[in-house]
Amino acid sequence: MRVDPAQFFTASRVVIVAGKGGVGKTTVTAAWARAASMAGCSSLIVEVEGKSGLATAFGREPLSYEEITLHGGGGPLPEGEIRARALTPDDALLEYLRDHGMQRISKRLVSSGALDVVSTAAPGIKDILILGKVKQLEASSTADVLVLDAPAAGHAVTFLRSPRGLIDAVRVGPINTQAREVLDLLTDVARCQVVLVTLPEETPVNELVETAYSLEDEVGVALGPVVVNGVYPDLGDMTVDPATAADEAGAHLQPGEAAALAAAARFRASRTALQREQLERLADALPLPQIRLPFTFAAEVGPAEIDRLARAMIAEIEAMPSLAGERPGSLAT
Amino acid sequence: MTLESLVRTSSILICAGSGGVGKTTTAAVLALEGARQGRKAVVVTIDPAKRLADALGLEGLTNTPSRIEGDWPGELWAVMLDTKGTFDALVRRHAGSEEQASGILDNRFYRNISGALSGTQEYMAMEKLYELHEEHDFDLVVVDTPPTRHALDFLEAPRTLTHFLDHRVFRLITAPTRGLVKAVNVAASVFLRSVSRVVGTEVLEDALAFFAAFEGMEEGFKQRAARVGELLAADETAFVLVTSPRRDAVAEARYFASKLAESSLAVRGLVINRVHPVFLPGSFEATRARATTLEGTALGTLYANLADFQEVASNEEDHLAGLTSGLSGTAVARVPYLPTDVHDLDGLAGIAGYLFGRTAEL
Repeated sequence: MRVDPAQFFTASRVVIVAGKGGVGKTTVTAAWARAASMAGCSSLIVEVEGKSGLATAFGREPLSYEEITLHGGGGPLPEGEIRARALTPDDALLEYLRDHGMQRISKRLVSSGALDVVSTAAPGIKDILILGKVKQLEASSTADVLVLDAPAAGHAVTFLRSPRGLIDAVRVGPINTQAREVLDLLTDVARCQVVLVTLPEETPVNELVETAYSLEDEVGVALGPVVVNGVYPDLGDMTVDPATAADEAGAHLQPGEAAALAAAARFRASRTALQREQLERLADALPLPQIRLPFTFAAEVGPAEIDRLARAMIAEIEAMPSLAGERPGSLAT
Repeated sequence: MTLESLVRTSSILICAGSGGVGKTTTAAVLALEGARQGRKAVVVTIDPAKRLADALGLEGLTNTPSRIEGDWPGELWAVMLDTKGTFDALVRRHAGSEEQASGILDNRFYRNISGALSGTQEYMAMEKLYELHEEHDFDLVVVDTPPTRHALDFLEAPRTLTHFLDHRVFRLITAPTRGLVKAVNVAASVFLRSVSRVVGTEVLEDALAFFAAFEGMEEGFKQRAARVGELLAADETAFVLVTSPRRDAVAEARYFASKLAESSLAVRGLVINRVHPVFLPGSFEATRARATTLEGTALGTLYANLADFQEVASNEEDHLAGLTSGLSGTAVARVPYLPTDVHDLDGLAGIAGYLFGRTAEL
């Protein structure tokens, strides 16, 4: 039975995309939102690291705390709208204090740098401010899907562990309440899942497996499919000798072309074999479905490339083995 | 200038760049080259992949360098940065007494600093570098830098941390109360009461106890940070930018280079990892067009594949052109996209071949 993409994208409203630096986490965040849009779901992308890559992927200026629309939606299908915003702990704190009748001290708390002191006194406060805001966005049902572009891998574990730590460190008061509510969100598989991103290479795969188990053990958050970025698309058999292939096609090769065609074919074949080995190793180590996205040969990740990756993502989702209707998976099998 | 002479003439090499571009491996290769040149070299790694750590004999955090035996005239040492251990040593060094040191080290707020205060890891990497350079007899210290949100955090980290330790509001609260100060103190108390409403008094008390215990040590910390800053700017120190040819990594490297230039810090080396091979110079569009014409034949597939790699290579060149043009006089080395990850000394030696021109480029 084919997996219905719309059902897939709304299995939980909050999707946290995490992965080590350099694996294309931001590209995957953009492609995830675009694929959800193609499946008719509206999405809000939340960016927390202040990087500009996400906006560039949609051909836009860097994000700010104010929400902007990246993709209008509608059309014949119809497609879902994509909006995006950045969240910073300082902005989230200002908003929190304003909402809790402490506007008077809010500016000073932020401008004096006291937030640094407070967040050192109770580690995770900055993270809980961000996650608390995400929880608020989730409760407001502002979009079908909330895609959070999380901090890089090692930091992602710390980031998502913050509510547990804070519940112990700050035993009463609003921070404690906030931490409890965030933990409820993170550990509710019907509301939240983490999508880990990696490359089909040795070190990124090792780190992803480690992160996956840490997240499940230390946070108790459900893991969605793993997204493997940069997989060479299969072009078919390339073992044929270029000269023979030219004869068969009735074509003439330019000087140097035969050697170049053969070398490029060998390179792809050996790379593909290495990638396959890593993909299998990943599958053995983690019983989670994989969404494999094609390597980007193009110059830059812009709207056209994001569309292409989103279509590839949907094809992968539809081909998933009978996950239909199931909740995101658990590593305990 | 070649990378080989850079390793020969520098006392300190700092590898900088965005995450996932091979900084740790590059740092290890540079230190290994130092040992091959007969120097006593040490590499400070931040968060090495497990197999590389094993190869370097880095089992757990020891905070003291361990020697790696091998067939080279010099010495190769490695140490994995222990942020908290380094900070502890710094506290002991500057504490006026044993009591003051333990008062700080046992404080819960202090114990949180190394894990929670951003910039601390970066600062401790620089502190470790300073310590190894000044207090041990290493000829060459190579340091990997933490993967940071903003690649330059480590340059600003000493100032950020000393500013933090010297925090005015908290200092006023903990300072002896006399005359005018007392009036300010009352205002600060009101402010802190508001803070405690949010985080609870227990948390705040830990913080205040820390700042009280730290009293008198700020100056020592500041002076030390200033000396670390001077060492980074010294002639014997060189920055080596590490990047991949991908657009985002190159953009970050360019940003990095411009920021270093602003601080009058020289980029003397550039290592470009994971470069795709050039199978045939020329335009990928022409090859792509040929592939389209021949679609459905085996030759068409071969052309489509060649066009893919020509396109990647040409994009990589475009991205890199903007970076290298701004770095005249910098030693540049390219390392091809290798089939396997590096996790032993042979692997490091293989990379060294590319870095120091002993292996023909592809």
